[in-house]
Amino acid sequence: MSQQTTVVPKKSGGIRDLTKMFGGSQSTGRQFGILGALIVIIVLFEILTKGKTLDPVNLINLVNGNAYVLILAVGMVMVIIAGHIDLSVGSVAAFVGIVVAKSMFVGHFPWPAAMLVGLILGALVGAWQGWWVAYVGVPAFIVTLAGMLLFRGANQFIGNSTTVPVPDAFTFIGGGFLPDFGPDFGFSNPTLILGLLVAIAIVWQERRLRRAQELMGADKAPLWVSVVKLVVLLGVVAFATYLFASGRVGTSYPVSGIVLAVLVLGYSFLTQNTIIGRHIYAVGGNWRAAELSGVNIRRVNFFVIANMSVIASVAGMLWIARSVASGPGDGVGWELDAIAAVFIGGAAVSGGIGTITGSIIGGLVIAVLNNGLQLLGVGSDRVQMIKGLVLLVAVGVDVYSKRQGKPSIIGLLTRGRKSYLDETPIPATPQGTQTPTPTGGAQDTVRPKDLTPEGD
Amino acid sequence: MESAVHTGPTILEMRDITKEFPGVKALEDVTLTVRAGEIHAVCGENGAGKSTLMKVLSGVYPHGSYSGEIIYQGKEVRFSNIRSSEAVGIAIIHQELALIPLLSITENIFLGNEPTRFGVIDWIQAKKRAIELLARVGLQDDPDTLVKNIGVGKQQLVEIAKALNKSVKLLILDEPTAALNESDSQHLLDLLRGLQGKGITSIMISHKLNEIEAIADSITILRDGRTIETLDVDADGVDEDRIIRGMVGRVLEHRFPERNSKIGDVFFEVKNWNVQHPQVSERMVVKNSSFSVRRGEVVGFAGLMGAGRTELAMSIFGRAYGNYLSGQLFKDGKEIKLHNVHEAIEAGLAYVSEDRKALGLNLLDDIKRSIVSAKLSKISSVDVVDDVEEYQLAEAYRKSLRIKTPSVDEGVNKLSGGNQQKVVLAKWMFTDPDLLILDEPTRGIDVGAKTEIYGIIRDLAAQGMGIIMISSELPELLGVSDRILTIFEGRITNDLLVEQATPENLMRSMTSSDKKATVR
Repeated sequence: MSQQTTVVPKKSGGIRDLTKMFGGSQSTGRQFGILGALIVIIVLFEILTKGKTLDPVNLINLVNGNAYVLILAVGMVMVIIAGHIDLSVGSVAAFVGIVVAKSMFVGHFPWPAAMLVGLILGALVGAWQGWWVAYVGVPAFIVTLAGMLLFRGANQFIGNSTTVPVPDAFTFIGGGFLPDFGPDFGFSNPTLILGLLVAIAIVWQERRLRRAQELMGADKAPLWVSVVKLVVLLGVVAFATYLFASGRVGTSYPVSGIVLAVLVLGYSFLTQNTIIGRHIYAVGGNWRAAELSGVNIRRVNFFVIANMSVIASVAGMLWIARSVASGPGDGVGWELDAIAAVFIGGAAVSGGIGTITGSIIGGLVIAVLNNGLQLLGVGSDRVQMIKGLVLLVAVGVDVYSKRQGKPSIIGLLTRGRKSYLDETPIPATPQGTQTPTPTGGAQDTVRPKDLTPEGD
Repeated sequence: MESAVHTGPTILEMRDITKEFPGVKALEDVTLTVRAGEIHAVCGENGAGKSTLMKVLSGVYPHGSYSGEIIYQGKEVRFSNIRSSEAVGIAIIHQELALIPLLSITENIFLGNEPTRFGVIDWIQAKKRAIELLARVGLQDDPDTLVKNIGVGKQQLVEIAKALNKSVKLLILDEPTAALNESDSQHLLDLLRGLQGKGITSIMISHKLNEIEAIADSITILRDGRTIETLDVDADGVDEDRIIRGMVGRVLEHRFPERNSKIGDVFFEVKNWNVQHPQVSERMVVKNSSFSVRRGEVVGFAGLMGAGRTELAMSIFGRAYGNYLSGQLFKDGKEIKLHNVHEAIEAGLAYVSEDRKALGLNLLDDIKRSIVSAKLSKISSVDVVDDVEEYQLAEAYRKSLRIKTPSVDEGVNKLSGGNQQKVVLAKWMFTDPDLLILDEPTRGIDVGAKTEIYGIIRDLAAQGMGIIMISSELPELLGVSDRILTIFEGRITNDLLVEQATPENLMRSMTSSDKKATVR
């Protein structure tokens, strides 16, 4: 039962619109808070390490060294939204890695063919696990726990528990850079072009958003909101482009980062704008209601689990490319890093809530923390302890603020700005305006005509 | 009704209670005075503040989170949680039962309050006491029975037994009969009267005005977070219309819309439909049922709880319930086979579930996404959802169904029951069904919203949609349907035009399988 007696109409735009930049309605709040936390951590380490954190070389390393976890987080958040968990991703990545490495080293496959083999193998592993989860009905926790053992063993069986090197041509995808061309300005030209493309995409997206608002007939956000938003975003893009472009000669924004960006964009679109994306949220939010709405639950479960293994195979290939070899200990503990990133990024343990963007931000929080502490010379023992506490506190703060009946962190951030919103309450009695029903019929019987107001 | 008991002294006085949530005043200077030994009903539309008031009283909202004072048995009390209110004899039984299904009746009764000997639970003592308590509430079940194996009506009684164990003086019941059928409800009301005879005071929140009229000694009416009035049932000559007037602040001359039926030809037929229970295969839930629906017709399904109404409806809706055994469906004269819900939706069927929160909505979702969720393909091209069209459609439904919300971007969990139900209706109207099945469409929603829903139903019928309405409330069935089928133990026992139907002959067919009245 709602306690509302009066309702405050919400203006579209302003601060609330800013929150919408980071995913749809499912979890607007926490990611925004986590984004703030990420910025604070970056600034903090930048000061503590006296400028080493945002040094181009370090930044490029950061992306290269974490791309595989962030890629896993993209798949993992979808699994978690649907209400499952996948513990097998590290083993699957290692299994695919060794097969791809062997196919090139022993079988002399050219690297594109080997990559194709890796993706197909990932799909087969995914289909296997998806079948157990979706069609047999074994909980994903068990299926993937089994998979974790199964594919770890398979990796060591195929590789005889030894390390298999990969050819130089293949290392391009894990540790490579875009080839430079054109006149030399002292910057990496492909990175500059990439930055420009991103900037154009952001402006185009904002235009599309404003046009959509116009079409919706919603109150458009004032122009200054869009301008401020664009100035901030473009500033960030320009700064990042400058950093990545001014690294050592021959370096650029890393290829693994491009793979990551493509996956993030593609899957963000999938989860937010397509039917299967909506269905994933529906199944995680209330599978019984989803079933009664005609959603094929098995298909959705099969998809998220199978898709996760395909993504794990990409991560596995990126990893062996970067470390120039596939070994028996690859991917140990990756599943937990990916799961931590997803939960720090605002997903709910019970399913139904979470976004790709949030999970990436969550993954970056861990990555920057890792990197910054290492730069400061903190030992890995203490780094692990700090990471554990960050995960606990991040989720704890959110759980606490939800229990207090506060909307979320974003609610706290914007509380002082209520006056920005139009506070006129909607009249408690609905107006008797005649509006056509969407089904096209007259509407008079909908309104109880016989109600006469009676004063107290 | 006997009324000698309720002239006792005041047991409870809540003075000037104001409770605010961020941005919303849920209660404003509410007063409630309850005399010892009476049954006091609290009425109001959804969102009027009844449940909030009871949560203040029982310590769910602790002292300090509201303003005003609570005088109980002559002293001011300040509860910090539920335990502290229980300590002085106040027990609340919530709308959603707080029993643990996999524990036995005994274990549930003594949960958190276990009798111990030397620090170990004394189960012999507990069981003895449980049997006594069950006898007091009129239950003969074995106290070792698991709670999941007894019906919801008996579960309600176990809750009361649990309260009695804590030597309750003031029993608060939030919608106690909402999920019960007529006979269970009657039993519960009798029990309340029995407890009243033993000196237990009850506060009861209910939407069922006939029950309130029958059992309550006094009635306090809340509207929009304020106390409107307190009525003495005997002295003030209260009847249902009087209560409704107080609740809605207006006279409801016609609670049901005019029937403007334009009934067409039969377009949907069910023939010899048989369905098994999903787990217990020897149990037949639907037995050899046949019926038909005409265009523009509202067909009411009357039956007691457990009669198989929901099961029949859901098994037709793409076999969403039970194991299909045999039977045929015909639409527009052609046989259709529906193996899953998706096929049913494509064939033009829609089913609005009786359990809005568990089966009807994803409570994590917002309004606009909920509305389009059952037929996304309608606003998608190449599987990409058009979010502009989604918003516009949702806005159109918000206006035409008058869903009270600041924006269709809001989460459905923020809406009141009546408005959530409108979202569910919109969701199924969006699928453009030819046959709309409504299962208890007005359960747990307030009188004003009910009237609106009746209007929507009649309006959809006038547009040529065939409608099946399952309801436990006979007045509602008689007020909205064109024709009423009665169901008893999985069989259709009668088929009456509304002009022929009376509460008496319906009830007769709902409780026995011999067809006495006219069969068409």
